[in-house]
Amino acid sequence: MKHTLSVLVENKPGVLARVAELFARRGFNIDSLAVGTTERPDISRMTIVVDVAEHSLEQVRKQLHKLINVIEIVDLDPEASVARELVLAKVKVDKDSRSEVIEIVDIFRGNIVDVSPESIIVEVTGSSRKLQAFEDLVRPYGIKELVRTGKVALPRGK
Amino acid sequence: MQLRMTGAQALVRSLEEEGVEIIFGIPGGVLLPVFDVLYDSPIRKVLTRHEQGAAHAADGYARATGKVGVCMATSGPGATNLVTGIATAYMDSIPLVAITGQVATNLIGTDAFQEADTTGITMPIVKHNYLVKNPADIPDVVQEAFYIARTGRPGPVLIDLPVDVSRGELKYQRRDHPVLPGYKPTLKGHKKQVRLAARAILEARNPVIYAGGGVITSGASAELRKLAEENGIHVTHTLMGKGAFPESHPLSMGMLGMHGTRCANYAMCETDLIIAVGTRFDDRITGKLSEFAPKARIIHIDVDPAEIGKNVRAHIPIVGDARQVLKDLNAAVREMRSEVRSPDRSEWHALIESWREKYPLAYDRGSGTLKPQYVVERIHALTRGEAIVCTEVGQNQMWAAQYYKVDRPRRFISSGGLGTMGFGLPAAIGAQLGRPGEVVFDIAGDGSVQMTIQELATAVLEGAPVKVAILNNGYLGMVRQWQQLFYHGKYSCSCLQRERTPDFVLLAEAYGAKGIRVKEPEMVDQAILEALEAPCPVLIDFWVDPEENVYPMVAPGAPLYDMIGDLLYPVDKVHPEKAEEPFL
Repeated sequence: MKHTLSVLVENKPGVLARVAELFARRGFNIDSLAVGTTERPDISRMTIVVDVAEHSLEQVRKQLHKLINVIEIVDLDPEASVARELVLAKVKVDKDSRSEVIEIVDIFRGNIVDVSPESIIVEVTGSSRKLQAFEDLVRPYGIKELVRTGKVALPRGK
Repeated sequence: MQLRMTGAQALVRSLEEEGVEIIFGIPGGVLLPVFDVLYDSPIRKVLTRHEQGAAHAADGYARATGKVGVCMATSGPGATNLVTGIATAYMDSIPLVAITGQVATNLIGTDAFQEADTTGITMPIVKHNYLVKNPADIPDVVQEAFYIARTGRPGPVLIDLPVDVSRGELKYQRRDHPVLPGYKPTLKGHKKQVRLAARAILEARNPVIYAGGGVITSGASAELRKLAEENGIHVTHTLMGKGAFPESHPLSMGMLGMHGTRCANYAMCETDLIIAVGTRFDDRITGKLSEFAPKARIIHIDVDPAEIGKNVRAHIPIVGDARQVLKDLNAAVREMRSEVRSPDRSEWHALIESWREKYPLAYDRGSGTLKPQYVVERIHALTRGEAIVCTEVGQNQMWAAQYYKVDRPRRFISSGGLGTMGFGLPAAIGAQLGRPGEVVFDIAGDGSVQMTIQELATAVLEGAPVKVAILNNGYLGMVRQWQQLFYHGKYSCSCLQRERTPDFVLLAEAYGAKGIRVKEPEMVDQAILEALEAPCPVLIDFWVDPEENVYPMVAPGAPLYDMIGDLLYPVDKVHPEKAEEPFL
């Protein structure tokens, strides 16, 4: 079962290493981890997607809490939170296929951020499922390179 | 008022403000600014002969006194030599502050001389660590380090101090309280949970208290005793919990687990309620997890929420400090006693008494050879059970745990979690310096003691009159025992050839300590008395029966009721296949 943890940490050197080391040492699997600054310069937010059973999710949370630099951990309810991910994909194009690819990009409300004679770089934002669907659709044209940011998320409302 | 000073001065001043009396360590290049300032400080400096010795001595000091132990080492090899000692303290939740020198900040990451990534290396074995990059941070970092080390579930904290930071200048300013937004240990147990636990205790027919090191850490012994006595509940303790409850008390069942008493282990198998306090259901305690305490509901009291439900499901979890929770629990039980009808526990008590009577700890007393258990019994008798006993790791540790009965906390000091050979001697020195008036014994094995034997020099020079009793069987004894039981008697690399080397008596004398050799049972008392009378460190080399085993024993992976190899179930009944997963 996948869980999205939103973890507020002190913005100090080595915090990412501590979190990564903890996951490695305790044998917890990270699906994705995104980290960045927040509205407060002294605090960063990590969005960690873990694939664990209920029992070990409890362990993940408790062990994370033991890190001195971890301030707060929220297990985000998918119904009550908004989650987004961004993909950059360099897709192979030629005269014939370019317009087809652009059409797909439009459907996914993506942006073309770089164009060259043989390829275009596309930026698409959305849920992980949407990005997967996009990836599957452009794959036949040839994906030369691709990168995903991992999920970032915030709870709704309040 | 703000004082201008160097980083090194600020460090030492901060240590003084924390009330540090003693530091164990070894200087080195990048730590010279610090040692230069320490020279003029009232803090006592104990120069060990190896950094591992410094860490264990600080650890032993912390365990014996309840204060934070402090050790110091230089960068690179100095710091890596501390690692075993830090890991030992981490596993046993001992408050320790380790200070390491580091190469100058502009050299970090360049593979400079004696550079090691100390904070990276120690990350998994510390409660927290710091790499200080700005001299102005030193007062706050030291304050935070001591606060983190001694509060909540205690543990080691490391401060890595680059040499230019020690030399740099700052305006000394100390906060009233450390600022740690992510660190707020829960000390008071949840009221509803405490009441649930109280009801469960009153309703239990066959309750058992299972006490761990957390009882000692939090100073909860008196409350634990009230819980046991007011409700007539028998107590078993872990290795770390030795001394949490008086072993001479009629309600004590002794230690449980791999080398525990049959009485304690059988009680765990039959109990309907386990009251676990400050303990973590380690594999050496539970045996085969799926068959652990099959009939029991479990109340688990621990200050570390991550320990609750980690290995064993707790039916009534209570996060909090053991002393505080037990105090509230005792009050709740008293209050609810009139409303809850307790079942009759006389049958349960009779059953425990019958186990205790039928299965005492035993060894062959009529063999005429020198038995290690006998040596420990005599040390116990001649010190009236009042010594502070440190141990090494292995058979010596288990015999000490089984036969040196302890009635008070902080008097049995042993590397429980990590099982660090070489821990005992330096820990004994630390304990002795922290408690100068006490008799301190290191019950040692010939294998373990050789891992840190050089600390005899420290004991001699520091006037720490520790008594090292080596139960010398000429083997890595526990390894040999497992090889005998589970590896068809192939003694692969476990024989130390005591006839050839070393001569421990000469070795002791070379260090300026006193050495005594004992080969006959009749000489044991005289040697112990002689050691007790000597004002200096004494090493007694007891040549014990080389193939004596620690019994009873739960084979690794076997359930607790399946105990093997004591007088009732001799060795020939042991089957190697009993061990599901031998993992030595």
